[in-house]
Amino acid sequence: MTASTDPNFAAYEAQRFRSKWMNLIMRNLTWAFAYFSIIITVGITLILVAESFFFFDKLAKEGVSWTQIFTETEWTPLFSSPRFGVIVIIMGTLMTTVIAMIVALPVGLMSAIFLSEYAPPKLRAVLKPILEILAGVPTVVYGFFALLVITPILQRIIPGGDSVVAGLNGLSAGFVMGIMIIPLVASLSEDAIYAVPNLLREGSYALGATKFETTVSVVIPSALSGIVSAFILAVSRGVGETMIVSLAAGQSPILNFNPLDSVMTITAFIVQVSLGDTPTQSLAFYTIFFAGFVLFLMTLILNILADWFVRRYRLMY
Amino acid sequence: MTVDIVPSEVNFRSNYDRRKLATNIFMGVAFFATIFGLFFLGLLLYDVFTKGLPYFNWRFVTTFPSRNPTDAGILSALVGSIWLMFLIPIFAFPLGIGAAIYMEEYADRDLWRNRILEINISNLAGVPSIIYGLLGLELYVRLLEPLTKGRTLLAGALTLATLVLPVVIISSREAIRAVPRDIREAAYAVGCTRWQAIWYHVLPMAFAGILTGTILALSRAIGETAPLITLGALTFIAFLPPWPVTTTVNEEGVVIVEKVSAGLGSFIEALQTPFTALPIQIFNWASRPQAEFHAVSAAGIIVLLLLLVAMNSVAISLRAQFQQRK
Repeated sequence: MTASTDPNFAAYEAQRFRSKWMNLIMRNLTWAFAYFSIIITVGITLILVAESFFFFDKLAKEGVSWTQIFTETEWTPLFSSPRFGVIVIIMGTLMTTVIAMIVALPVGLMSAIFLSEYAPPKLRAVLKPILEILAGVPTVVYGFFALLVITPILQRIIPGGDSVVAGLNGLSAGFVMGIMIIPLVASLSEDAIYAVPNLLREGSYALGATKFETTVSVVIPSALSGIVSAFILAVSRGVGETMIVSLAAGQSPILNFNPLDSVMTITAFIVQVSLGDTPTQSLAFYTIFFAGFVLFLMTLILNILADWFVRRYRLMY
Repeated sequence: MTVDIVPSEVNFRSNYDRRKLATNIFMGVAFFATIFGLFFLGLLLYDVFTKGLPYFNWRFVTTFPSRNPTDAGILSALVGSIWLMFLIPIFAFPLGIGAAIYMEEYADRDLWRNRILEINISNLAGVPSIIYGLLGLELYVRLLEPLTKGRTLLAGALTLATLVLPVVIISSREAIRAVPRDIREAAYAVGCTRWQAIWYHVLPMAFAGILTGTILALSRAIGETAPLITLGALTFIAFLPPWPVTTTVNEEGVVIVEKVSAGLGSFIEALQTPFTALPIQIFNWASRPQAEFHAVSAAGIIVLLLLLVAMNSVAISLRAQFQQRK
């Protein structure tokens, strides 16, 4: 047994021992870091569920029936005689989101098609980074833009002016939100279009199809699962968008389907309450968590749907 | 037997011209769609700069907010944002990069719990930022109050760090995944443990990518407003965190340094001071009715955009440097 008495071998063994322990420690440490993200999800869910429970509890204590949440058409939790028609802020959220999607989905998809199918490489190298700047602009800047640039423009071009277009309105907030979401739709759709193999395009050209016919009848159908998933994620982003709507869309507490009037979204409501001095453990304080819970559920469902879509309908080449 | 073939021009009428026209029209429409967004980006920048530049000067950057628009400055918000810029990485980067290392290098991806981990992180990335504000309000402001002392810099930094964590994890994973498999195999072949392969070979190669992704995530956090508002960050702050210098304001509204205090105690004290940040200040000014404050808000936007451009240039130059070395 000369090997074990050799001092070099002992040093080697000691070092080997340290390396193995280091590996084990780091493995467990990074494991803990990774699973910390689960704690965040559990934390968010627990907080929203618990505080929503307190909200219903408080509601019952104040003698308000919980069914009015679904039947009432006014949302005024901060008034002295509060009403909790959550449908008002859900519809407000949906309205600004729909306006944003009318802008973002066609424009984003067409940009993606232009960049991946038509743009010469040099033009693409210029346009793509600029489009990404659009995604990097903070949302509060877009809110400023909607409130102080787009709304005055709308008041000038829509006949009727100030009397028809309110200073705070769903249309300008939704429109600017659409511009903000264009880069998201464009880059996700472009990824999907990029993944379509060139063989399919060349096969289509060989049959005599033009570039337009190839794009519409071969490329887009092949990339459809990715494009639809990009669209769903865009909706989810619109639903959760906060600063644009709280600056430019207003705080109307009643059910409103006119995009030229003020509307209140879920996120704008949370901001409105947070800006005021709401004492903790008051009914209004719990209301923002209930509103947050509704918002969380909406975006969670949309995100799961987008993920499912891309898995279920992905074409394998 | 002969067959009479009718000349093809009669039988087959080519409509190639029309189809070619359709392609060109489609291409034109697609081009305008791409330009559409850029047009509004230009309009936005033009408006911000024409409104904000008259207010954007050295005095604006070095004074505190005021009720009078011509006296209003952005110092406390700028300092608050710079504090956040240094605090967020302290929490988010080790956690995010560590998680990415585990998921790329150690985790057995066929295990159900690691698949849940991946789904969880992609879902977290899709949670609206305002929900993180609610999480921060409950967890960091109320539950951890003994540590954070309420609505302070520390609570704000922790909230934003939680917000960017999924983004940091996703971008770090992509950077680690881009390191070729051979590098690891070669390291194992000469007797490296997994950790040694990661620390000495994978991480140095992935460093540029990780840094770029994380700085981009950080610049997103600096622009976030909603979580800080939900947290209850104040909008009118006329003092600075007492580290590394304690400041006071004299009668003319000029900030003067009172004493230098770079110790650990005053650092912790600084973490526990109320704060404001650029986006909150911009939001506050933009939501006031007076047009002068809108111009001040535009000047604030210029400061914010300059800060973001600076961060992104750092990311780009770092990437260029590391790519050369490789």
